Amino acid sequence: MASPRRSEGISKLTGRERYVDDLAIDGCWWGMTARSPAPRGRIREIRFGKGVDWSEFVVVDHRDIPGPNEVRLIELDQPVLAADRVRHVHEAVVLVAHPSREMCRRAIREIEIVVDREPPALDFRVTPSPDQIQYADDNVLKHLRIEKGDVERALAGAAHVVEEVYETGAQEHVYLETQGMLAWEDDGVVTVSGSMQCPYYVLNALIHALGRDEKQVRVVQTPTGGGFGGKEDYPSNIALHAALLALKAKHPVKIIYDRGEDLAATTKRHPSLVRHRTGVDSEGRLVAQDIEMILDGGAYVTLSPVVLSRGIIHAAGPYACDNVRIVGRAVMTNSVPFGAFRGFGAPQSLFACERQMDRVARAASLSPAEIRRRNLIRDGQTTSTSQRIDDGTDRLAVLDAALRRSDYDAKREAHRSFNASHPYLRRGMGLASFYHGAGFTGGGEVYLASTQHVAGLPDGRVEVRSASTEIGQGTRTIFATIAASRLGLDESDIVIAEPDTSRVPNSGPTVASRTAMVVGHLLELACDDLRRTLGLPKDAPGDAVRAAIIARLASHPSEELVGKARYKAPPGIQWDEQTYKGDAYGTFAWATYVAEVEVDLRMFETRVIAFDAVQEIGKVLNETLARGQIQGGVVQAIGWALTEDFVWKDGAMANAQLTNYIIPSACDVPPIGVEFLENPYPHGAMGAKGIGELPMDGPAPAICNAVADALGVEPTTIPLTPERLMDLMTEAGVA
Amino acid sequence: MSKPQAEKIEIELTVNGQPVAVSVSPVERLLDTLRYTMNLTGTKEGCGEGECGACTVVLDGLPVNSCLVPTIQARGRRVETIESIDPSRLSELLDSGATQCGACTPGVVMSACWVLDHPDLCDSHSLRELMAGNLCRCTGYDGIIDGLAAALDASNQRPGAGA
Amino acid sequence: MKLLTPGTVPEATAMLRDSGGRAKPIAGATDVFVHWPVRVPADDEIFIDLSGLAELRPHRWTDDELILGALTTYWDVITDPRAAEEFAILVQAARTVGSIQIQTRGTWAGNIANASPAADGVPALMARDAVVELTSAEGVEQVPLDAFYLGYKRFVMKPDQLITAIRLPRRPHHFESFIKVGTRRAQAITKVGVAIAHSDAGWRIVANSMAPTVRRCRALEEALDDQAPLRSPNDFTPLLTRDLAPIDDIRSTAAYRLGVLARVLYHELAPVCGSVGPSGAAS
Repeated sequence: MASPRRSEGISKLTGRERYVDDLAIDGCWWGMTARSPAPRGRIREIRFGKGVDWSEFVVVDHRDIPGPNEVRLIELDQPVLAADRVRHVHEAVVLVAHPSREMCRRAIREIEIVVDREPPALDFRVTPSPDQIQYADDNVLKHLRIEKGDVERALAGAAHVVEEVYETGAQEHVYLETQGMLAWEDDGVVTVSGSMQCPYYVLNALIHALGRDEKQVRVVQTPTGGGFGGKEDYPSNIALHAALLALKAKHPVKIIYDRGEDLAATTKRHPSLVRHRTGVDSEGRLVAQDIEMILDGGAYVTLSPVVLSRGIIHAAGPYACDNVRIVGRAVMTNSVPFGAFRGFGAPQSLFACERQMDRVARAASLSPAEIRRRNLIRDGQTTSTSQRIDDGTDRLAVLDAALRRSDYDAKREAHRSFNASHPYLRRGMGLASFYHGAGFTGGGEVYLASTQHVAGLPDGRVEVRSASTEIGQGTRTIFATIAASRLGLDESDIVIAEPDTSRVPNSGPTVASRTAMVVGHLLELACDDLRRTLGLPKDAPGDAVRAAIIARLASHPSEELVGKARYKAPPGIQWDEQTYKGDAYGTFAWATYVAEVEVDLRMFETRVIAFDAVQEIGKVLNETLARGQIQGGVVQAIGWALTEDFVWKDGAMANAQLTNYIIPSACDVPPIGVEFLENPYPHGAMGAKGIGELPMDGPAPAICNAVADALGVEPTTIPLTPERLMDLMTEAGVA
Repeated sequence: MSKPQAEKIEIELTVNGQPVAVSVSPVERLLDTLRYTMNLTGTKEGCGEGECGACTVVLDGLPVNSCLVPTIQARGRRVETIESIDPSRLSELLDSGATQCGACTPGVVMSACWVLDHPDLCDSHSLRELMAGNLCRCTGYDGIIDGLAAALDASNQRPGAGA
Repeated sequence: MKLLTPGTVPEATAMLRDSGGRAKPIAGATDVFVHWPVRVPADDEIFIDLSGLAELRPHRWTDDELILGALTTYWDVITDPRAAEEFAILVQAARTVGSIQIQTRGTWAGNIANASPAADGVPALMARDAVVELTSAEGVEQVPLDAFYLGYKRFVMKPDQLITAIRLPRRPHHFESFIKVGTRRAQAITKVGVAIAHSDAGWRIVANSMAPTVRRCRALEEALDDQAPLRSPNDFTPLLTRDLAPIDDIRSTAAYRLGVLARVLYHELAPVCGSVGPSGAAS
């Protein structure tokens, strides 16, 4: 059966979709940001040059902030605009607005921020010296720990113990639409409209720093050209900047970042270092996993504690092991802050885990497939947090489907003779088995207590009111499918409300692979509530629903006919935040990915020549959209694994151009084969589990495992650029 | 002292089949003229460095990055933008999932439609090479390549194809 | 900031002369306009738009030359079937430049004048013994491309001269090849590049991104002409360092560049050159 078409697809394909920079607003001024040149220090002076007439400009600094100078997130450590100190290069210090964008650019060049420099902490792997300490007494933003069984005793009795250290680099989201916000004040209400994932995060940040109440602030999401986590937290900063300028200028103000500014100043994926010490018995069964994960937290806390949390929870992989110790810490540095990015810590820890499993396989003289077959978690067994897995998913079937689909064994065999005869090409196969927990971690969903509404319209259609945003993944289309299915209506009977905080309830942020599964399920419950409100039985057909809506609103035209739902944890979910024990997630999606690579030993280039992604995701709601999520995620992960390298200078990106930060083009990746297995999850919409982040987890280890298979060297650091592979082979004496 | 804006130049060109006269600064980018002067906002800026292809338009029959074209060089010439595209040509791209967030999409569609207009290009170039000038961060490219392949097949089977 | 729009070459060269050499010619603008809004054009900067000079537009074939007018684009050459037959290396190189959206705008002459060490068009032209035609108000001068560059972004062309054509001798070749090692497969800036051509005039090995300018590897060319045995990539390295001086930059490292160029050349030449390989012909 063909999937329903993306509801806004034609509008996007024809360029009619209006993004924030496409909105022509009368009297709108442009806003721009002057930033710190130094990674750390005291602001001594801000010099305004003579090259522009400053009387034409509105200039905003920290003194113009009506409320606390804090961007509201997990902690309140990040200022909206740096006041007396800066903690990273490109930190926002001064804002300017002018009717002409060109004049703003000239003005920014005329602003000199003079900083008395202090010693920055720039390497999260190195213990900071006393004069680099800026947070607590060790610069550690967050410590976390998971314990299960007795790791030391188990390691002492293990047949083989394998130790290795893995490192992953930062990654830039490169959503194709750069960050942008438009703000204006009208009748005492500040409205901010722009590119974002989480309207209520932005709303709460505005309420806090502008010192306003909820009624005086409104946030509207415009069509958003990609997010990947990059528009989870950072939009609060730029929204505040636009709002401050608009309030002072008494004009609408639009801030649209150039690509260079977006690359340089916005958040990235956290770099990581993960240390593994793994013990197996003589049969290759895991007896102990001792893991340490360190994240570069960057200059402010942002979301680092929860990224670390997801990272360590996924660190032991989808395996059963009775003795596990995972310690994690996120370390403050004077780097441009790291934030949310698809996968949220799990890709980092799973890269290490799945590379480590291949090393363990070699130590135990097992094939990569066999070590996973022996250790993949079975129903009734527990994860590292002692979460009992009992979902009825056949995880071995996922592994077998991936091996079959990729022709794994036959290709490995063929590659042996190919590699023996070719002068400079080497081929290899690599696999990774992994899982991804959908929704907020631990008690997060209970804390969020998301709400979701549906409203009857006078013509009998139903409007979905949600703060969950369309950012490319297909929220609008999926929500129409879910609501239509629940109410027995056609998708054309469903209207999706614009995410406008004055009209839609707080259904939580559009993150954590939670939209289809968690919010989609709330949508189902809200539909049930609507039916109840209409006095209809649970199985009332769509025609009856439509007729009842029309009748009710005809007789009570001023009434709001709204069905509502609020999140409640599924029965039996237990989580202890103190001990990190219990049900870390309501459910997991399970996957095995296989990469086939060809390494060209002339230039040490690794090319992925085939890729197969097999996953169990509960229920596929829309085949085209689900496949697109997997294929896009895999390719984004191929970039992270191979080419997306950072050149750092003073904790900032020296290669902040798309010419020098290399994301894959169509020529750099093969077709991505996708297969879904389904085992409906009773608490997800129509049985669905989350999938958005899953495909980010598996490709990097699968690719590096394939390189190891091809070359007999063990990559431990990504991106595995040709330069890095050359060094690795030179060190190994095989270059 | 604020610097006066550079002197404007009047030029005429044809945009989407319509003759237009615009007044532009000497080194204005075609991208900005289209978006901010003519309000043809379908053409997107993705990078401003000729890398991503989101700003692709067709100039005298050839695809170009409009962020690298001085508007003045379009004088007397024909420019086709995404606004000229007939939606009926796009059903294969829609069905294959060629668009997700939509920010690269207008550029992708301009390149894809140019290939559809010149199917002979497929004799010398692979579809992936033909689309390599359009970076996409959402689809992983399969949706785009599959959709273009399907559209090429469909246009081959259309009556009068190959004429 | 001023933009001048000449209608003829004499007008353009007069403008160049009158600007005192300050004016900058623009052809396809693919180099000039990168990051344009955030650049700081000087208020007294002068640009000369060449796009109206119809006489520079076409490329043409004579009995013994292919002549690329200064406005000839990469795409013009890619789509000329005769070029594919006789100057395959030009087509090969042109297809590695940026993307099609760049190939339709970028010009061969602009590639020379921009003088980037990473220029992809220049090595192919140089390997085919291109001669650059420079025109000023004073007259016309012909300069072999391999004598054009003096150092990083420096060349013999004087500020009042304009590249008006590139002349390439039509000559049968036994072998030619252009290899680009970029940061990715398309839309890439070259980390290591090399054009290889072999005709009765001898070997030409021209590397880009390996020195402050695109440069011929004359020591290696001589070794190949002399059929000196080159048994492994390591044998190439001392010959290459006589002409090249790669650096570390944000795209790669000197060690990578040199090591990879040696390997690429070795594997490219081994099948076609008797003196290159594990047991070179001369051994």
